[in-house]
Amino acid sequence: MINTHDILETINMIDNENLDVRTITMGISLLECIDENIDRACDKVYDKICRYAKDLVKTGEDISKEYGIPIIHKRIAVTPVAMLAAACPSSDPVKFAHALERAAQTVGVNFIGGYSALVQKGFAQGDYSLIESIPRALSETEHVCSSVNVGSTKAGINMDAVAKMGRIIKQTAELTSDRECIGAAKLVVFCNAPEDNPFMAGAFHGVGEPDCEINVGVSGPGVVRSVLSKCGDCDITEVANLIKKTAFKITRTGQLVAQEASRRLCVPFGIVDLSLAPTPAVGDSVAHILEEMGLEQCGAHGTTAALALLNDAVKKGGVMASSHVGGLSGAFIPVTEDAGMIAAAKSGCLTLTKLEAMTSVCSVGLDMINVPGDTTPEVLSAIIADEAAIGMVNSKTTAVRLIPAIGKRAGEWLEFGGLLGGGPVMELNTASPAKFISRGGRIPAPLQSLKN
Amino acid sequence: MRAFITVIGKDTVGILAKVSSACAEYGVNIQEVTQSVLQDMFAMIMLVDIDKSSVPFDKLSDSLSALGDEMGLKIHIMHEDIFNSMHRI
Repeated sequence: MINTHDILETINMIDNENLDVRTITMGISLLECIDENIDRACDKVYDKICRYAKDLVKTGEDISKEYGIPIIHKRIAVTPVAMLAAACPSSDPVKFAHALERAAQTVGVNFIGGYSALVQKGFAQGDYSLIESIPRALSETEHVCSSVNVGSTKAGINMDAVAKMGRIIKQTAELTSDRECIGAAKLVVFCNAPEDNPFMAGAFHGVGEPDCEINVGVSGPGVVRSVLSKCGDCDITEVANLIKKTAFKITRTGQLVAQEASRRLCVPFGIVDLSLAPTPAVGDSVAHILEEMGLEQCGAHGTTAALALLNDAVKKGGVMASSHVGGLSGAFIPVTEDAGMIAAAKSGCLTLTKLEAMTSVCSVGLDMINVPGDTTPEVLSAIIADEAAIGMVNSKTTAVRLIPAIGKRAGEWLEFGGLLGGGPVMELNTASPAKFISRGGRIPAPLQSLKN
Repeated sequence: MRAFITVIGKDTVGILAKVSSACAEYGVNIQEVTQSVLQDMFAMIMLVDIDKSSVPFDKLSDSLSALGDEMGLKIHIMHEDIFNSMHRI
């Protein structure tokens, strides 16, 4: 029998340290639903999603009960809808968003992602109209999430798309200003977007993926923090070691859940995303891990180094625990979704410039940050350009999910509730990048040698 | 399928008896039991076989946890693989 200490450790992780599996995400290809008649295409989309995902929520709940591990969300990711919109150029792509919403409600999932376009090198048929329709799609639906990939290490950065996305983010926030601008919280702009990411709002089902697959995202910042809180004055080598060991255990639960979900649903297992995903709940914060390492508050000098260590150790521990790793894999730093980040942003210790530096060493990017409502689209675009440049040059995924708080100024508050949390509106540098953004064109792909 | 029942809380008279009779009532076969009392905290772990259980797993889990609430204890039942996968390579 497994020893008592190990059993009690697992129970304690789940009961007191918020260990959970964040999401089981079913990726579904919609390529066979392409049709020149948009209503017919929408019917096919709805039918296919409902057919494939009819048992997803029930299976997730069964596994959760049997193994005693909470599975917080069940989600669906689909083929970027711009590819379907390409076949019916004169129709309104928002119809697809409504079809996705209906399907999400029928099968009972928490989110459905894939109202997306990949435009890192340029716009194809369907991309333009889909991107233009994002503000309406996100304001008229509740569960649909959208993402646009504007750059990659291989292609460079599409500055026309960057300019466009600044305006789209602003419009999305404006259309949902009566609901805390929540539309913008469901929209991500990527560089180097992964095709098998189970996390929202950026999940979509890439064209290289199989017809259907199961991807799982783990969580567990609370467990890592608790381990570090007991390590006393040990040196940084030991800190990294402890994180690795803990990440291994966390990821093993994700691997088990993924394999079991895949077996029960008769759908191939895709990947486990080795992420430390926080929630606004106390004791489930990535910022608190950094503080446990010895920083007075997240955002202090030393935060970037501490985060780099954490991110690397999580991957090293997680890789051995799972047979297939993918998605975003690393520590997330979404400001409004993390109690420690919220506190640090509120006190002024965590600034946008520090967050930008942090994104160069960790998973994802400038995530869930509330910015003043009068921020110009050009400034939003320029933030996207900066963040995409970090991703492009460092061959990593970066993303921007900013929420312009319409009618609010720095220091005021936006509250989304649930996993999305809430947080203060953060101050931005408002010097104008308008001319740079209005030039358009493409930033050429970076050299992959002569690294310095 | 085998599962671990864990009982954690303040030590009182009759914990083992009550949990074992619940197991017997549902046709759950107890294979191994280990228990420890540290100061006043009681921790008991049972490895059980639930293949012949008369109720579905979720009912079993709910009734054990209700029994725990009655006695002021936390009772979990979890598939053994969650522990195997986390603590064995």
